[in-house]
Amino acid sequence: MTMKKFTHPSALKPVARNIRESVIRSIANAGSGHTGGSLGLADVFTALYFSIMEHNSKAPHWPDRDRLVLSIGHVAPLLYATLAESGYFPKKELMTLRRLGSRLQGHPGRDHGLPGLELSAGSLGHGLSVAVGMAISAKHKKQQWRVFSIHGDGELQEGSVWEAAMSAAHHKLDNLVALVDRNNVQIDGKTDDVMDIEPLAEKWKAFGWKVFQCDGHDFEDILTTYDKAIAVKNKPSVIIARTHMGKGVAEIENDYRWHGKPVAKDQVEKFINALDHEK
Amino acid sequence: MLLIMKNNKRFLNEADKPTRLGFGEGLREAGGVNESVIALGADITGSVNVNLFKKAFPNRFYSLGIAEQNAAGVSAGMALSGLIPVFTTYAVFSAMRTTDQLRISICYNNVHAVIGGAHAGISVGPDGATHQALEDIAVTRALPNMTVFSPCDADQTHLAILAAINKMNGPVYIRFGREKVPNFTGMDYPFHPGKGQLMKEGNDLTIIATGHMVWHALQAAYQMEEKNINARVINIHTIKPIDNEIIIRAAKETGKIVTAEEHQIYGGLGSAITEILSEHYPVPVKIIGMPDSFGESGKPEELMDKYGLTSHNIIKQSLKLLK
Ligand SMILES: [Mg+2]
Repeated sequence: MTMKKFTHPSALKPVARNIRESVIRSIANAGSGHTGGSLGLADVFTALYFSIMEHNSKAPHWPDRDRLVLSIGHVAPLLYATLAESGYFPKKELMTLRRLGSRLQGHPGRDHGLPGLELSAGSLGHGLSVAVGMAISAKHKKQQWRVFSIHGDGELQEGSVWEAAMSAAHHKLDNLVALVDRNNVQIDGKTDDVMDIEPLAEKWKAFGWKVFQCDGHDFEDILTTYDKAIAVKNKPSVIIARTHMGKGVAEIENDYRWHGKPVAKDQVEKFINALDHEK
Repeated sequence: MLLIMKNNKRFLNEADKPTRLGFGEGLREAGGVNESVIALGADITGSVNVNLFKKAFPNRFYSLGIAEQNAAGVSAGMALSGLIPVFTTYAVFSAMRTTDQLRISICYNNVHAVIGGAHAGISVGPDGATHQALEDIAVTRALPNMTVFSPCDADQTHLAILAAINKMNGPVYIRFGREKVPNFTGMDYPFHPGKGQLMKEGNDLTIIATGHMVWHALQAAYQMEEKNINARVINIHTIKPIDNEIIIRAAKETGKIVTAEEHQIYGGLGSAITEILSEHYPVPVKIIGMPDSFGESGKPEELMDKYGLTSHNIIKQSLKLLK
């Protein structure tokens, strides 16, 4: 039932490059959207959809599919680009992002019927609770599918995240792997300055989670870390992935101003060119 | 107290019973016929009578602690995975602590999750203002996709939770109270979601009530008959989607409306009625409810009396309107 997987890290790199191109083109065409985080998580999404998750774009409602819960709805352009790259819908539809009547809402909205979209979300701090509900359900029904949730580092300032974290450990949800996009920035600036979330690994550990860290741009590291996290028994796992906002386009990397800033139309070719010259 | 309608339905209170018990028994019944029903607890499961379900189906009860926002999100995740979660705690928490989760995780995803709002209204009594939910109707009925039930007695609450689970496909909020109150509709009195109930005929004015206030409305109407005033009484057990037709017909046929609810006068049943009538058939309306104020400690009946949530005040306001 599941799709063909790319097992070798070198095969993932060109996929991530194409997904980044889609992110740049769709946001520039929309004239608004969150560029920085969408580029920064592109390698993680590529690894999940092309190597780790059991899913099938030709059967989006397959009951045993793994669930991707995107809690930070603002990186919707990346989710859409990844779903299109996986074949859930034609890539040309990415050019409808944020337009009236589009299935590609500014933040994900299931009511518009986009295949592969698991959750309407965008108000921060919700996704981990939903992921907990899904993971409890899978266990309750004695099904084998897993839940992969994606969170921002700034998002962890929401108290509801920690309610959810407590409950995931209480219910021993070893079928849940959360990932924190640790890019150290949020809209107002550095997370350290806006509201310090450190010591982060210790916080998750204290809440009863198995904690892993990885380089969010090194496919080998991402894949082996997910393998380890999935293998954990009796407790949920979290991967703190070190990423760079805007990754792939050197001139915007790590610049927090690119959190919510769109690519201008006249920057598109320059940015895509930068992807091809990435070291 | 006995009321006879033209279809011979007799409303007789055989024994007082709290609506929360009707909820708990109904939930247990639903759990017995549908294995997908899951109950979520937020610590006060005994107080909200979810312990009945928990005892009958321990494997289908999940404890989430005093963390209502998370419980609402967990409900969404379960509903998205094909289960039917029922998350119940005091209405001040289940409807208002969680409003953002209700809005996005539950209502925007349009999932079949049932939210129980216990201890609604001022009749909660001595616990005081913090625990008296008086704004929950306003909050929940403003949310797209949400259905809002406000049943009038224990038996109707039993039927309402069954309907929420068996007849609905989207999010449902169901509000009920703490205290023993007259149980007068009977398990054979049908509960149709979205349909108002004509509880008593009458053409001089209409009293439209919800929740505990329906009994008070019936008493008021009965007492007014002694003064040769024939008041119609309508029970709105579904605040949303509301039964426009029965309300507009009452306005056309009786010309004057009194509404009664254990809720703020802003945003609740009275607001819903006036929204409909001002567009379709404006008539004089008096809204009886909490006068834009917090509650306080006291015995339930003392508080109901102080804030005019009594048959006596319904009569007084009706007579004023009829002058
Ligand atoms: Mg960040």
